[in-house]
Amino acid sequence: MLELTAVNRSFGERRVLKDVSFSVAGGRMTGFVGGNGAGKTTTMRVILGVLAADSGSITLDGTPLTAQQRTRFGYMPEERGLYPKMKVAEQIVYLGRLHGMSPAQAKGNTESLLARLGLGERMDDTLESLSLGNQQRAQIAAALVHDPEVLVLDEPFSGLDPIAVEVVLNVLKDFAATGAPVIFSSHQLDIVERLCDDLVVIADGEIRAHGSREGVRAAHTSPRFELQLDGDAGWLRSEPGVTVLDFDGGFAVFDVDSESTAQRVLQRAIATAPVLRFSPQVPSLSQIFKEVIQ
Amino acid sequence: MTQYTTPTLLPATWLVAEREIRMRLRSKAFLVSSGILLLLVLGSIIAMSIFGANQSLPKVAAVGSAISKVEATKAFEVTEAATVEEAEELVRDESVEAAVIPSEGAVGLTVIGLDETPSSVVSLLSAAPQIEILEPSDQNPGIVYLVAIAFGALFLSSALTFGTMIAQSVVEEKQTRIVEILMATVPVKALLAGKIVGNSVLAFGQIILIALAAGIGLLATGQNILLGEVGPSIVWFVVFFAAGFVMLAAMFAAAGALVSRQEDMNTSITPITMLLMVPYFAVIFFYDNPFVLAIMSYVPFSAPIGMPLRVFLGIAEWWEPLLSLVILLATTLAVISLGSRIYENGLLRTGAPVKLKDALKKA
Repeated sequence: MLELTAVNRSFGERRVLKDVSFSVAGGRMTGFVGGNGAGKTTTMRVILGVLAADSGSITLDGTPLTAQQRTRFGYMPEERGLYPKMKVAEQIVYLGRLHGMSPAQAKGNTESLLARLGLGERMDDTLESLSLGNQQRAQIAAALVHDPEVLVLDEPFSGLDPIAVEVVLNVLKDFAATGAPVIFSSHQLDIVERLCDDLVVIADGEIRAHGSREGVRAAHTSPRFELQLDGDAGWLRSEPGVTVLDFDGGFAVFDVDSESTAQRVLQRAIATAPVLRFSPQVPSLSQIFKEVIQ
Repeated sequence: MTQYTTPTLLPATWLVAEREIRMRLRSKAFLVSSGILLLLVLGSIIAMSIFGANQSLPKVAAVGSAISKVEATKAFEVTEAATVEEAEELVRDESVEAAVIPSEGAVGLTVIGLDETPSSVVSLLSAAPQIEILEPSDQNPGIVYLVAIAFGALFLSSALTFGTMIAQSVVEEKQTRIVEILMATVPVKALLAGKIVGNSVLAFGQIILIALAAGIGLLATGQNILLGEVGPSIVWFVVFFAAGFVMLAAMFAAAGALVSRQEDMNTSITPITMLLMVPYFAVIFFYDNPFVLAIMSYVPFSAPIGMPLRVFLGIAEWWEPLLSLVILLATTLAVISLGSRIYENGLLRTGAPVKLKDALKKA
């Protein structure tokens, strides 16, 4: 488990990270979301040791991270970086060797990774001759070539078409299944919602929410219901414990003060008129996100 | 899961250096320009030998009693003509420089030229006064000038080519952001050292290749004497070049780290380019001024040109190159430590060029 505790970082006068604390559990995909300039990239750079934290600690399985351990991390920076004029396989082998792999190990891992990512045919092409989406896949291979212990990916899905997202996702899920912590940032909240097991929301340098995806969702879901009656629902307004938010003839959106109030409303509704729909409103991640970062 | 031990500083440096070399050797532009440089050096040596061999005797036509007098000087290639008219004809069709015919005067000869006084012929026929030179120079000034320019141009072109390549490769890594992955993998020192080592190996290899070509060229064209004279200074040049280049490499790497885009690179490396131009022009203008050369041979930026030239001229004491080398090495170490700080601080800063002052601050 990777754990950040009260990490602070300033650039000059500007405090970019304010007491950032969260953990990334092994074997789970943790989504890291936040608006532009919220501090995602800085946090990731601090985890990788590319930037130093002003204060705070980062531990892996309870022990403070060392530079040696960090070299066993896999990292995909937000602004993609590989050599445009080098062949795809060649530079991934090079990165593997910088991580201490033997030429044969590096070559073997590179070839199997590129094949899994659907780049097997393009291994000997220069990076610049690939489409952006394919460059992205090569970038993923670069982050995975040395069988990292922890994977940190900054916006791994941006620029990928839906099929490529699936390909990359499968590779990442397989990787997480080996028990390694995986954290990835994204601003595509629908993708995060679908992919992540855990969620960390950052805004303005502060962690606003973190926990399992369902946990975060539950914590930010007020008991809100939607009712559609084949008749007038005006009586809802005078029902104790109910706050009506939206109303239009037989349609109403309302908050309740407790689960029992909701049940009472449903029973009365059935008694009043045919119920076309009665359902709890589950906010989407982007709704939660908007609410959380305010 | 397999765990790999990250290479220590030295193997990591070598991996980085090896990539630099591999990519350079794959670049056609680099191979072609190296080939052209080598051909230029060989060509100028061959040209020198042809130029030297062509100093044949001036041709004259001589008539009658003038023939024996002209031949006695052994300074001409004489064509015997039967009559004055025939000799004049030879002058007119320019198959000889002048015609010499017997006459009444004190010398007893008349020289016939085509459209101007054939002064070389006249001076060879004239009785010259005895000449005594107090401080004879044992070197041909033309050759001194050539050697000075050769050292200057080689140092300048090599330092500029490889320096720019280092800066470019630093900017490339910054611009493509691969530097973030690299920094997360190996120590920044290994990155910088690898770049310097890789490009120095190439620059050094190129210079040694040129030095060898120059030596072989001189031997092959029979200019053994010249090789004997230039040889030791070529060796010193290579030694000084090695140290001087490492210093410049560190400066170019630091300059590259200050900017994030190739377009900004030229502005950033201009001060270094200027520093390189000054000794080059100084050696062209002052190659015969021992005082300026003495200063140049100790200033670290010009020592790789100045000191070998002084060794060639024989005006440097045996300890002087050693002292100058120590100064150069000390400067190189200082520049590397300063350069690596700028490099380290500049790498992650993107956008507008970083101010030197900010880059020198501790991160």
